[in-house]
This record gives sequence, structure tokens and C-alpha cells, in this order.
Amino acid sequence: MSKTVEKNSKFLISENGLEKTSPKKRLEVLKTYKIYIGGQFPRTESGRYYIATNNKGEQLANVCLSSRKDFRDAVVSARNAFKGWSARAAFNRGQILYRIAEMFEGRKAQFIEELVKQDASKAQAQKEVTLSIDRLIYYAGWCDKYQQIFGTVNPVASSHFNFSVPEPTGVVAAIAPQESSLIGLVSAIAPIIAGANTCVILASETKPLCAVSFAEVVNSSDVPGGVVNILTGKPSELFSQFASHMDVNAIVYCGNDELIQKEIQQKAAGNVKRVLAYQDVNWLSEKGQTPYYILDLQEIKTTWHPIENIGSGGGGY
Amino acid sequence: MSTTAKKNKKVSSNSNGVAKLKFNTGWDYTAAPESKSHIKLKGRYDLFINGKFVKPSSGKYFETINPATEEPIAEIAEANIADVDKAVKAARNAYEKVWKKTRAAERAKYIFRLSRMIQERAREFAVIETIDGGKTIRESRDVDIPLAANHFFYYAGWADKLEYAFPGRVPSSLGVAGQIIPWNFPLLMAAWKIAPALATGNTVVLKPAETTPLTALKLAEIVQESGLPEGVVNIITGFGQTGADIVNHPDIDKIAFTGSTEVGKIIQKAVAGTNKKITLELGGKAANIIFEDAPLDQAVEGIINGIYFNQGHVCCAGSRLFVQESVYNIVLRKLKDRMETLIVGDPLDKNTDIGAINSKTQLNTINKYVSIGKKEGAEIYQSSCPIPDKGFFFRPTLFTNVAQSNRIAQEEIFGPVLAIQTFRTDEEVIEKANNTPYGLSAGVWTDKGSKIFNLTTKMRAGVVWANTYNKFDPTSPFGGYKESGFGREGGLHGLSAYLKV
Repeated sequence: MSKTVEKNSKFLISENGLEKTSPKKRLEVLKTYKIYIGGQFPRTESGRYYIATNNKGEQLANVCLSSRKDFRDAVVSARNAFKGWSARAAFNRGQILYRIAEMFEGRKAQFIEELVKQDASKAQAQKEVTLSIDRLIYYAGWCDKYQQIFGTVNPVASSHFNFSVPEPTGVVAAIAPQESSLIGLVSAIAPIIAGANTCVILASETKPLCAVSFAEVVNSSDVPGGVVNILTGKPSELFSQFASHMDVNAIVYCGNDELIQKEIQQKAAGNVKRVLAYQDVNWLSEKGQTPYYILDLQEIKTTWHPIENIGSGGGGY
Repeated sequence: MSTTAKKNKKVSSNSNGVAKLKFNTGWDYTAAPESKSHIKLKGRYDLFINGKFVKPSSGKYFETINPATEEPIAEIAEANIADVDKAVKAARNAYEKVWKKTRAAERAKYIFRLSRMIQERAREFAVIETIDGGKTIRESRDVDIPLAANHFFYYAGWADKLEYAFPGRVPSSLGVAGQIIPWNFPLLMAAWKIAPALATGNTVVLKPAETTPLTALKLAEIVQESGLPEGVVNIITGFGQTGADIVNHPDIDKIAFTGSTEVGKIIQKAVAGTNKKITLELGGKAANIIFEDAPLDQAVEGIINGIYFNQGHVCCAGSRLFVQESVYNIVLRKLKDRMETLIVGDPLDKNTDIGAINSKTQLNTINKYVSIGKKEGAEIYQSSCPIPDKGFFFRPTLFTNVAQSNRIAQEEIFGPVLAIQTFRTDEEVIEKANNTPYGLSAGVWTDKGSKIFNLTTKMRAGVVWANTYNKFDPTSPFGGYKESGFGREGGLHGLSAYLKV
């Protein structure tokens, strides 16, 4: 970095590489942007990083360039967390999603600041943050309701009690929308975990800051470690691993690159993964939220149970 | 039981010193074959495209045989890529010009009519299903054909009610559906595919399996007679290549496949990068779990039904039996006794419990797995029943001393072969039952209600039978978790496979 970087940046670096300091000014404490795996914030095991910049090319932060190994570790965490998370009462999951929103609300200013750094206007940033919080509230409310909307009691012709309920698919790998830093990520994560799945999600490559801060919000919100795992890095480097991992049950791809989508679909066939490709969704609109996103990551289980036939001759009442 | 029968029955004791009934001596059943006289079959079947039977452009035909006698029944046309294209064009044309514009309530009435016409000819369908596929007449008469007719009847009624199935959405049809079905439930699988597709406003190109094409072609005759607009249903026959040509055809909007996981993966890969919607109903290796407090006699019936129903050619067959250790000996004895009573033989005979293996190829697969099982150190037991000299038959078989890692406990055999393991605790059996890449079905046998629902909730499988097994109904969704496929067939949930929601 040879040029002097301007005021907006956290890194005030002069041409000789030393920080500009003045005797009176307090030195700002910079944040280390780490990844989030199994409820902890490690650096990437690979030791690699990339530099997140704004549109002007100004350096915003050093960000972990997650490796395949990080992804595999995250899948192990997500798998371990799945049993407990899916066994929680739906009501409890709803409370935890609501808790994420509460923690989030308290840190609005930080997210707005990060969005502004990543080229959003103040107004846009405010809108995106509040909408992201409200989206979590929306899905918090769905946690104990989608089962009633999408489940059925089936009037079979034989003497059986038969019903179908949605159950989580399992571990979901997701590639978050690349064009936004926050709303896309939150809109992808919320229906996955509201539906009792656990996830490993790759943040926007170019706008990664909010993803890491969101991980901190999640971490302080009673979400068990491993339910949400957030990586930063390059989709181009990791998508194929996301699609081919044999212990991942479904993959969500929020992007418009048709070649990537095709390869994901091909590799997903290795263990019959469910592939959800959300193209051209405006996550800032009403269309960015629906219980059908929850349903996309559910399996329908049908249970048969015999009904005793005694007394059937004369009606059961 | 008549007194004569009682006198003839011999009582002896087995190795445990427990009195054992020998049902296979002095019990000669009089043959009770279903008549074939009323069925109408042509010597040669062409492809059903655009409402007409047309010759295949290759000019090639293959034989479909009766697996119980190895005798040829009819010649069947082999569709090549040009025929597939013709069928897809007919379906596209029918979709755009007629079916899409047909009022939903009218669409319903066509499907109701198909159901009624199958019911009218149920007996003929049952006999043809049995001679073409080898399944027993009792099963095709009481299970396959009535369920197929009922499936059409159920989905017919959905045609004009779709908006009620998807709250907040207005669903729309997809277009042309390519459907590929297996040989284990030929007409029933055709119904599972065609009925929801038509009810949701799509047109179809269906390919039945090469060893069991006849009932689908008889269904084509019904479609023709029913007055269903030409091209709405097209039925073309052939081998795997014909199926691949359907999957790869660029003008198909939806692929629905039922068959092996191996082929399902190839299909999922093949449609990658296209806009084709896909549902897969693939293999299984279901756990059937017997707890010590289960009603054991009923459970034994459930085990028998679970694995020997339809010669074990069932994707949801209960092929892994888990017995709680405390009742293992008694369950095994009862199971072996019950196996001895099973009659293997002429599928057309109403006394027969287990019919013919569907094909020579499948018989070879079963034999292969049985020798693998022996090599891996599992202990084999087979019923001593006689089997016919001609035709493809296999004795009901079970393996004990099976390890979780044995191939007979991991891979789908698709035959009358049961792998038995034991367990002590709930946790252990849940772990073992779920330790498989498949997740289609499971069975749980216990008298304790709360235990049932603990187990059914923990099974990672799409269909779970509690104190029953292998039950099917048009209103009941069917389909798998994990590598058993995705999407559901049957019930309200079966609609979304054929709709943009």
C-alpha cells in the first residue's frame, strides 16, 4: 500500500507505512475480522487473508481467506450441533431467533457504520440494518408455525392414523448473496435455522465486514455453537467443496453465475444434495422473506400408526 | 382349521426343545390359479405417441417375458432419440394448445374417468401385472391395481383446488414432464407419476421399465378410449438409453424418476445447469426395529411383510431387522417358523405368497449379495420350501451375525433377503438405524406409545410405520431423506413436484 488512504478508512497509513499519529489523538483499536466456527472465532487455519476494500479501492480490513479445511471443520461443527438444535422445542428456537434480533438491535450503529464503509449511503445502511433485524423477527415468528402450515393429517382409507410433518434437512451449506453485506446473509441464514437446520455460510467476498460482526451478534444470542458457522473468502475457491462434501445435506446458492450453479448441481449429485438456487432475488423487498424458504430445506416425514378396530361395527362414539 | 388338517399336522420339537408346528407337511394346497382367459393382449406393442400407437423409427422390438415361466408374452417397441423427440413434441403441443387451456374442473373429470376405467378392468390389469412382472396375483389384485385407480381418483379432485394447497401463492403448471418408472410396481408407479402431473396441468412422456411395460401400454389403451386430448399422455418403451434421451431432451420441464440411487445420481447430474425441475425417489435400506415389549406375533408378521412383500422388490422394504437382545431368540424362532409356511411359486396361484423374481438380472444380483453375505461371515438361513424348476425364483432368506459394516447391511439388495442385527438400548438402535446413506422408510414395533413417537421422530426417513409396515395410500406422501431422493409422491405434498409455487 503506497498511497495515503483517506479519512474514511480505519487504516490511516502514510506513505512510509507508519501510522499517522498525533500526540493528542486517541489511537483507534482496530477489529480483527475472524471467521466463526463452532461458536468460536478462529483465524483461518490456512493463515491466508485478503484485503477488503471499498469501491474506491481503499483498504477496510484484512479478512480471513477461508480454506477447504476451514469449511470441513465448520461442517463437523454444524453436524455436531444439528442433533441438539433440531431437538429443541420450536418455541425455543423462536425465542433464540428473537434474541438474535434483540442483540442486533443494540448494535445497529456498528452495522450502519460498516455498511457505510462498504459504500452504502447512510439512509441505505439504516434501511438495510433495520430490515435485517425485522427479518429475524419475521422468521422468529415462523419457528413454531410453518409445521402447522406445511404439515398434514392424511385421511387414509385403511384403519391408520397418518400424518406428515416437515423436519429439517440437516446440515446446509450456503453461499450468501454477493451484492450485499448484511441483508442477503441474514435472509439466507434465518430460514435455514428457523427450520431447525444448522449451516455453514460463506459471506459476500467483496463486502465481508457485516458477516463477521453478525457472527458476534449470533454468538451472544443463546444460539448454540455450531448452529451458525460463518466463513469469509472466495466463492470461486470454495463452492465446489460446498457442493461435493458428503456430510452436507443441502446447498443454497444465492447468485447469478450460471456456470457455478451448474457445477454445484453436478457435484451435489454425489450424495443427492438438495440444491436451492435463488437467482435475482431482491432481498431488500418483501420477496426476500417467505415461509417457502423454510419449506425448501425441510423433509416431509409421514408416520403411520394403526387404529384399533374394536367397536368399528357400531361406530366409535 | 378342519379336523383332518389337525390330524395331518405333525408336531415335533426344534433344537430349543420348543414344540414346533410343521406346516409344510400334510398341507397340500390345491392349485388355485387365476384365469388368464379374459385378458386381451396383442402380440406386439408400438409406442403411444399423440394418442396413437406408432411404430418405432428404429423398427426395433424387444420381448417382454413372464419371469415365472421364462416364456415370451409380447414384443415391445424400442424408442430411440427420434421417437423421444416425437413424444416430447406431441406433449408440448398438447400442453400449449389444449391442456393448459382446459378448465381445471374439466381436467379433473378426465382424470376421474381414467380412475373409473382402471377399476372396470382391474382384474385384467391384475393378471397382466402378474404375468409380466412375477408378483403374486393376490398382491396385484389387492394392492397394486386398486391403489393405482385410487391414486388417479385422489389427484383428480385436486385439479381445481390447487390454490388451497399453497397458502399465499398462485401455483402454475410446469409444462412437459418426463417420467421414468421402475419394474417393481409398474402400473402403480405409472399412476403415481401421471395422476399428479395431469391434475396440476402438465402433459407427460412416460417410460415404463423394459421388463414390465405391459400394464402401462394397457393404460395407454385406456387413455385412448377415455377421450383424453391427444398428446397429453405419451407412453414410450425402451431401455436405459430411452430414459437417458428423455432426461436429456431440451424441451422437457420436469423429470420425475423412481429407481436406483445409482441412476438417480446420474440423472441429477445430467439435469444440472438446465431449468428442469427434478424429483427422485430412489433406493432404501430400511430399519425395522422390534422392541422387547412389542406384540411379537404381530411384529413377526410385520417383518415378513416388510421384507418378503413383492419378493423384496420394494424400495422401502424392511431389509435391516433390529431385534432387542432380550427377545432375539424367540423372534428368530418365530420368524423362521413363519418363513417355513411361505409358499413360493406360480404368481398366478392365489395361494402363493412369494412370486417370481422380476428378471434374470435381478436374480443374479440377489445371488451375488447372498454370496457376499456368506463371505463376510454372516450366517444364512433359507426356507426349505420347494421352488419351481423353471422361471426366476428365490427362497425367503435371512442372515444373522450381521455386522453394521457388512455390505448386506449397507447396500440395497432388492430381493427377499433380510439382514438381522441386535441392540440393547434405544440410543443404540437409533444410531444404527440411521447409520446409512439412505433414508426412505423405517418400522418400529413396541407396545409403548411414547416410545413409538420417540423412535419415529428420531428416524431420518421419509415414511415411518409404527406397528405396521408397507402401507400405502394416495393421500399419504411418500419419499426419502438423504440419498433416497427428494420430493414427495402422494398427498398434498405430491402436488408441488409438478408446480411452480
